[in-house]
Amino acid sequence: VSQLPVEVILMRELAAHLATPIFVVDPDGSLLFYNEAAERILGTRYDETGRMPVAEWSTRFEPTDDEGMPIAPDDLPLVIALRERRPVHALFWIRGFDGERRRLGVTAVPLVGLVEYPLGAAALFWEAPTCE
Amino acid sequence: VTLWGTRGSQASPGPETVRYGGNTSCIEVRNRAGDLLVLDAGTGIRRLGDTAPPRSGRVDVLLSHLHMDHIQGLGFCGWLYQGDVEVHVWGPASTTMDLRTRLTRYLSAPLFPVHLRDLPSVSLHDIPFGRVPVPGFTVDAALVCHPGPTVGYRVGSDGATLAYLSDHEPALCSGGFRAGPRWTSGFDLARAADLLVHDAQYTTDEYAERIGWGHSALEHTIEFATATEVKCLMPFHYDPGHDDRTLDARFAAAAQVVADRFTLVPALEGVTVSVDGSGAGA
Repeated sequence: VSQLPVEVILMRELAAHLATPIFVVDPDGSLLFYNEAAERILGTRYDETGRMPVAEWSTRFEPTDDEGMPIAPDDLPLVIALRERRPVHALFWIRGFDGERRRLGVTAVPLVGLVEYPLGAAALFWEAPTCE
Repeated sequence: VTLWGTRGSQASPGPETVRYGGNTSCIEVRNRAGDLLVLDAGTGIRRLGDTAPPRSGRVDVLLSHLHMDHIQGLGFCGWLYQGDVEVHVWGPASTTMDLRTRLTRYLSAPLFPVHLRDLPSVSLHDIPFGRVPVPGFTVDAALVCHPGPTVGYRVGSDGATLAYLSDHEPALCSGGFRAGPRWTSGFDLARAADLLVHDAQYTTDEYAERIGWGHSALEHTIEFATATEVKCLMPFHYDPGHDDRTLDARFAAAAQVVADRFTLVPALEGVTVSVDGSGAGA
């Protein structure tokens, strides 16, 4: 098992100390971790999901827009942030592992290492007011 | 491997530190062919620079980071002023400045009378993360947990492996080492090394008041060495406030904890140890 870059290790440590929900993926989009605050919204502990490829997590939460239309994986903020190396913000719905549907505000940013190498991307998110 | 400086933070010469040493970080590494590599350029490098240069005429100085205790001796290293010695200095760039720009902040007025550009035999290189092309050795560099751009090194030659993590706080970001190798800073550099030279600046009580300063309590150093399964641990980078008696007591207690997990060889300035595939010894 290879060690992750120290920037990612420090990112996890920071996330562990924040009440802001954070979800971090590697350069391939695979889930690296999410913090305790995110566990509450996603409906399960990270220890129970573990690493997940992008194809799995991007569909597992059944993301939909305000009209209930499914959002394709390529249109999710984290995936855009990774692909285009720019921050992205969006509001959409997910279904947590606990079965609850929640409307989220998500801001995803690419993570870039000290000498400009890609480390992945992080999504900061929170529960957003519903449209009703 | 010869230790020219073992102290951290600030040089602390005096009768109370004469055995463990008062000079700051500097280690000479020579292989059987006589190639020479120097780890860090603390005040210890001044005496090293007074010795005969290698026959190859080339010296590679690998800086872990640019805190003063790791660069302060560089301008006093005699080899820099001998036109016939090729000195290659490697160290981390930052996100906005290359090594030359960062190092020139020290090696220029008003802090130093000689400017780097006036030393034609000195070449500066931003350290690449991964393999570092140093003749005679295999050298790998990776960022480690310490404030500012800081690297650790894994050096191999003649079938032996040395890991050098002079300033390192793995306890800060590994959940007390419970998260495993993947989430432990410095793990791949140190894994199964014949000799691990590692930060051991604080006592456990001191560490509790200095979390995030980038250094380790000896207890963490021992945990890290155990997790990485090194053959020999050399605690290093002593706090300037720790005299010989204090360090003797710390290492006597540590030896009880370590038992036969690995060999514990505290760094003593002026001492040379041989490293081979089975560990390290005098």
